[in-house]
Amino acid sequence: MSLNSKEKKSFEIFDFLYKYGTVVTIFILIIIFGASQKNFLQPSNIVNILRSISIVAIIAIGVTISLTVGGFDLSVGSTASVANAVVVSMFVWHNQVTWVSIIAALAAGVIIGMINSILIVKMKIPDMLLTLATMFIFQGVALTYTRGATISKNMIMQNGSFALGNIPDFFVKLGQVPWIIIIMITIIVIVHVFLTKTKHGRYMYVIGGNIEAARLLGIPVNKYKIYAYVLSALFAAIGGIILAARIQTAEINAGAPYLMDAVAAAYIGVSVGGVGKPNALGTFAGAILIGILQNGLIMLSVPYYMMDIVKGLVLAFALALTYWKKK
Amino acid sequence: MNTENTLFLDMKNISIEFPGVKALDNVSFTAKLGKVQAVVGANGAGKSTLMNVLSGAYNHFTGNIFIDGSKVNIKVPADAKKLGIQVVYQEVDTALIPYLTVAENILLDDIVNNMKDKLFLNWRDIHKQAAQVLKKLNIDISTKKYIYELTLAQKQMVLIARSICTKCKLLILDEPTAPLSHFETEELFRVVKDLKNNNVGVIFISHRLPELFQICDEVAVMRNGKIVTKRNIVETTQNQIVEDMLGRKLEDIFPKCKKEKGNRILEVVNLKDYNKLKDINLHLCRGEIIGIAGLVGAGKTELCKALFGDAKLISGKIILEGKNLILKSPYDAVKSGLALIPEERRKEGILANESIVTNISAANIETFSKHFGFLDFVGERNAAKKIIKTLGIQTPDENRAVGLLSGGNQQKVVIGKWLDTNAKIFIFDEPTKGVDVGAKREIFNLINKLAMDGKGVIYASCELSEIIGIADRIYVIYDGEIVKELDTDSTSEEELLFYSTGGK
Repeated sequence: MSLNSKEKKSFEIFDFLYKYGTVVTIFILIIIFGASQKNFLQPSNIVNILRSISIVAIIAIGVTISLTVGGFDLSVGSTASVANAVVVSMFVWHNQVTWVSIIAALAAGVIIGMINSILIVKMKIPDMLLTLATMFIFQGVALTYTRGATISKNMIMQNGSFALGNIPDFFVKLGQVPWIIIIMITIIVIVHVFLTKTKHGRYMYVIGGNIEAARLLGIPVNKYKIYAYVLSALFAAIGGIILAARIQTAEINAGAPYLMDAVAAAYIGVSVGGVGKPNALGTFAGAILIGILQNGLIMLSVPYYMMDIVKGLVLAFALALTYWKKK
Repeated sequence: MNTENTLFLDMKNISIEFPGVKALDNVSFTAKLGKVQAVVGANGAGKSTLMNVLSGAYNHFTGNIFIDGSKVNIKVPADAKKLGIQVVYQEVDTALIPYLTVAENILLDDIVNNMKDKLFLNWRDIHKQAAQVLKKLNIDISTKKYIYELTLAQKQMVLIARSICTKCKLLILDEPTAPLSHFETEELFRVVKDLKNNNVGVIFISHRLPELFQICDEVAVMRNGKIVTKRNIVETTQNQIVEDMLGRKLEDIFPKCKKEKGNRILEVVNLKDYNKLKDINLHLCRGEIIGIAGLVGAGKTELCKALFGDAKLISGKIILEGKNLILKSPYDAVKSGLALIPEERRKEGILANESIVTNISAANIETFSKHFGFLDFVGERNAAKKIIKTLGIQTPDENRAVGLLSGGNQQKVVIGKWLDTNAKIFIFDEPTKGVDVGAKREIFNLINKLAMDGKGVIYASCELSEIIGIADRIYVIYDGEIVKELDTDSTSEEELLFYSTGGK
């Protein structure tokens, strides 16, 4: 009997950890960092953290949507690079106005999403492998498009002249506080409502839960898979655009480092609050966790080159939590 | 001494609990060498739990296990194997490695555990040993074949061969015949009889009662975690076993009811697909239940899927209410008013991790979506509650994940989700698979009610007695072809079996 109750108790503790582990970890980190660094809890630093996670969070929302249909989009980092290059080149090379540049970058994202989804749906290539391939393809596309160089104001063009285009102030504002945070929160709220309150979101979760059952229910499975990958690429593109607004250049592979953070945030988010499914609010919590960790470790003077170790460990931990539960 | 009747296994006062359930309650169970002991019971009665205790899969039970009169300690599966207790589970594919040969699979235990320091495999020896084991069982499979080339029945034989190639005194067969065809079952029984003659004890778990009388010596009936009766097979009848399983008198499992046969709703003309089906012609009226009878692999599932838009057709027409249907996908089929209850419930029917509400509303979420696709959660919940009540789905509440329900209740959810849709034709593909007797009756009631409401019902099954019980008219399918159309009133199970095994 005693054995039984003990088992039950440990089960409950694990259950609690599974549901609220992320939130608890965030608070523990805040307490630790807050105690050791008095600047950590300053409002300016909190805003700083929110600002630093916004691009990750936006891209992670895209990954989350691809996860809801049981897929996985590894190409988001490359997509962000492409969008980043397109939007900056529109300003600098082609001297376009803000809305044209942004629409061009978003269109690039949608095209990437279409390519991904059609290859997955029609050619039936497994999601992760296909997006691994397209990750390299679009990374290469971005590099080729920028001719392997950084695009920035007044850069020297191939014919020896200077680029004449300018990056408008309005666009630069999008990458600054408060707009960058407002954009992130808006996207999270919209996607949260979309996934939990509409039939489209429900269909996506049904497909992710059991694709064969979904098909035999008469749900247009392929259509929703296409939607999911287009949305995923679209949010990655928005991430790339905001990144461009922040740094006002198109660096080589600027989007690539966001892939791992975004995947980590989305997977951490699966368990938050016991939802057990990829979800927008959880992903936000995951992004906050990563942001706090990064910010706090920098404040504690942990060198930047060790950061990947920590982030990788966090991702491994989140995956352990998700898959251990599934057993 | 008569070794045939040696008491080999004696389990005494076994109890086991899981959070919230007493799965086994003071169970005592025995098995003899050279005898076939049947264990039957409704889903959730505790059969599998008892076998899991015996095979070492669960170790937190109370009570004692005696083997050959001495007390033993079975804590992990390896302990059970050492004592000569071997299990062949229902899912044979999980225990076999598809891209290795028959010989390697049979001797897998040996190869994995007894290699010691040896680096190289002696292939000739492996094939020779495996061939010997197969010969002992009179099984005719080449040891050089790969597992993925075998039929389900052959895979089972390979597993049995594996269990007896090491020390095997007691073999547990967990629902071995469920996926097998008539002939394959006969073949299995021949092997079981051989084992019996070799003084191996067999524990045989099955939902198919008639076959117990062919092969078993004793039958133990379980109900609610207890063994309620244990009888010699010659002293009992099928009805008595069912009564023991249910704990009450068996009413007629097939409810009689008056149905109004209406006008023709569905007609299929010369349907042919790339896979299996050849020139299928059939028709269905409102308020009618037609049976598609056939053995496993005859093409029933293919036909159901083809009618549901889930097959590539070469030719043929599907005419619904006088209009020619073009079904490119199940999506089109659902839009046209067809509903499918698929054969593989877990794989194709339910969303195991989702609540009953989500499962039930998934088929007609349009009804509950308002402007811009926003969902009406209250309406959705109420509709689910209504269906739980009308179908008598046993569950604590409507938020329970469907994967946690029993097989029969899962099936009710799968059927229930179509009830509020505009479906006019219901296609059932083996709806009673893995469903216990009590729940079966409720499902038959439900199907009859659908017909009384003027729906057309197509009922495909290899359980011939069930087809005769439920259907008004029967099409017999053999090798992808409809070979005979029969009226239920003027046919018998023997006739159905004759045509479905290729008789002409």
